[in-house]
Amino acid sequence: MSTSASNRSQGLGRVLIIVYALLALAATGRSVFQLLDDFDRAPLAYTLSALAGLIYIVATIALVAPGSFWYRIAVITISFELVGVLVVGVLSIIDPVLFPAKTVWSFFGRGYAFVPLVLPILGLLWLRRTRPVGDPDAAV
Amino acid sequence: MIDWLTTAIVSASVAAGLLCVVLGLAGRRPNDLSLGAAALVEVLLVVQIVVAIAAPAVGNSPTGSALEFWVYLVTAALLPPLAVLWALLERGSRWSTVVIGVGCLAIAVMVYRMHQIWFVQVA
Repeated sequence: MSTSASNRSQGLGRVLIIVYALLALAATGRSVFQLLDDFDRAPLAYTLSALAGLIYIVATIALVAPGSFWYRIAVITISFELVGVLVVGVLSIIDPVLFPAKTVWSFFGRGYAFVPLVLPILGLLWLRRTRPVGDPDAAV
Repeated sequence: MIDWLTTAIVSASVAAGLLCVVLGLAGRRPNDLSLGAAALVEVLLVVQIVVAIAAPAVGNSPTGSALEFWVYLVTAALLPPLAVLWALLERGSRWSTVVIGVGCLAIAVMVYRMHQIWFVQVA
C-alpha cells in the first residue's frame, strides 16, 4: 500500500468524487425503480442500468480510498465506464430497439447532460496526475 | 407540490450552485456567502417537505409514484449537509466551494424531476 495515493481525494479530486457519488446515486436509484417497476419491459437496458450504478459506486469508493490497490480499481472501473458509455452510446443510436428504456449510457449519456461521457475522461486524466509514486504497474 | 414554490426552489438552487462554483473557481474558500446560499437551499427543501406532507390532505396529490418522489426529496434534503461536510473535511480550499456548488446544482435537477413526478406523466 502506497501512502502517497490518498491525494486522489484532495482538491479538484473532491469535486470529481462528489460528481461520481451523485452519478452513482442517480444510476442506482433509477435502476432500483426500473427493476421493481417492470423488469420484463427492457431486461437488457435495466440490467445495464444496475451494472452502471454498481460501477459508479465502486469507482467512487476507489477514488476516496487510499493506496495503490484502490488506484488500480479506480483505473479499471473508470475505464469500464468509458468503454460502456461509448459502446452503449453507439448501440443505442444504430439499434434503438435494443434499448427501449433509457440507461445512463444511452445516447452517450444525453439524459444526464453528457456527464457520463465527460466524467471518465476527466477521471482518467486525474488518476494519471495522482498516480502513486514508485508503482509503475499502476500506470494508466 | 406547489408550482411557484418548485420554480423558486429550482431557481434558488441553480443560483446558489452557480454562485458557489464561480466563487470556488475564483479561489474563494467556503465563506458566509457560499455556506449561506447552501443553507437557504436546505431551508427551502425543508419547506418543500412540509408542503409535500400537507398537500395531499387538501387534494393536491402526486400524479406519479409517491415513493419515487419521496426518495428524491429526502435525498435532496440530505445533500446540502453532506456536501458541506465533504467539502469542509479537508480544511476548506477553493475546491470545497465548488463541491458545495455542484451539490446545489444536483438539487436543482432533482427538484425538477420531482416536479415531473408530481405533475407530468409521460407514457
